[in-house]
Amino acid sequence: MTTASAPPRSLEPTPGQTVGPFFAFGTNYEKMHEVVHPHSPGALLLGGTVYDGAGNPIPDALVEIWGADADGTVPRARGARRRDDHSFTGFGRAATNDDGRYEFWTRNPGAAAGGAPFLAAIVFARGLPDKLHTRIYLPEDAEALAADPLLSSLAAGERATLIATRLPGGGLHHDIRLQGEKETVFLAF
Amino acid sequence: MTVIPRPPVAPESLLAAPDQASQAEITREIAEFHADFLRREAAGEVLPRTMYDFPPYRSSILRHPTKSPTLVDPETIELLSPAFGQRDVAAIESDLTLQHAGEPLGERITVRGRLLDSWGRPIANQLIEVWQANSAGRYIHQRDQHPAPLDPNFTGAGRAVTNDRGEYLFTTIKPGPYPWKNHVNAWRPAHIHFSVFGSSFTQRVVTQMYFPGDPLFGLDPIYNSIRTQADRDRLIGVYDHDLTEPERSTGYRFDIVVDGPDATWFEQEEGH
Repeated sequence: MTTASAPPRSLEPTPGQTVGPFFAFGTNYEKMHEVVHPHSPGALLLGGTVYDGAGNPIPDALVEIWGADADGTVPRARGARRRDDHSFTGFGRAATNDDGRYEFWTRNPGAAAGGAPFLAAIVFARGLPDKLHTRIYLPEDAEALAADPLLSSLAAGERATLIATRLPGGGLHHDIRLQGEKETVFLAF
Repeated sequence: MTVIPRPPVAPESLLAAPDQASQAEITREIAEFHADFLRREAAGEVLPRTMYDFPPYRSSILRHPTKSPTLVDPETIELLSPAFGQRDVAAIESDLTLQHAGEPLGERITVRGRLLDSWGRPIANQLIEVWQANSAGRYIHQRDQHPAPLDPNFTGAGRAVTNDRGEYLFTTIKPGPYPWKNHVNAWRPAHIHFSVFGSSFTQRVVTQMYFPGDPLFGLDPIYNSIRTQADRDRLIGVYDHDLTEPERSTGYRFDIVVDGPDATWFEQEEGH
């Protein structure tokens, strides 16, 4: 997105570590999974299960999403940690429950001109030594999905792991598999 | 016949590794994996700083991806970060010793540092969350079964938003080492969990700060999931006598440098 190059880096990054087993009391906060108020126009439930390599649900994972507003605008409003129920901050956090399920109240993200709309997502878990980046694409715009630089670089089976399923009521279903045959595609930047 | 699906096993039962190796076996595995990483790196392989596939950390065995991550050009949303500010966090939330009627037991400390990017630029107005065990090594979390005492005056969670110079400061007590069930007689070195937002979502990091000279470093599979000694050293807070308060607390410095692709250089420039 730029033509010039960055200067050499002067500092080495701080390495990541697992979020551990007992993060809830440090990371949970009120309405953290309500990117939008559940009764606001366009609100939908995005949910799914985080699975391990044996196909078992992971009950101690943390999922974060970060996405544009419906018109594709990147939110700059503060307040994702202390929500006022009307500012769109674009950020949400959900801990999986005992069945490995996470849920967010959010709305369909928009995209920059012609792009395929997606939510950026990060997964943390006990037993996962560092964060994992991924994306959750909306399923509708076949043309934009086909033209997406990331999706078009993947095999069909891999591509499917990044595209949510639309449910009859308008909600979105999206499972995340940390390991195994249908392992979610994770990203490096 | 109707098959009634069984509910998944209770999460508490997942906390103990099934094989219960000895510490000697785990220590040997750690050394073997570290030697193997050096060989692979010498052979030209590019390895992450923190190894996702690190079997001495037993619960990682089924929870790490087996495929290499897909390299992608970040899009605008990924190059920016959720915006936090003073409205998100009250000033008092950075003092973990003030959350109850009385003073918590333990060694009072301040932890101070700067949040920087790879080019040394301070990152202002970003959220840092911390959580930790109490001075006896007990987490307040309901699933923590370690029979050390809870401290009625200590919860162990706090948060702060970095100031204009990228600085943060927490007041807390030094956490105790903590036993876990990765293997027989497994103990975690004392640590404080840190969750950090950079100026780009790609820079997000969750890590742990340790304390200098901990005899448990060499024995701990989580600390050693970081591949090189130089990188492991980066997670150790530095004792700084200038951060002590007379008759009150000792002090540690812990600067956090967030990683990110070259594109974050320009995005941050735009924002400042």
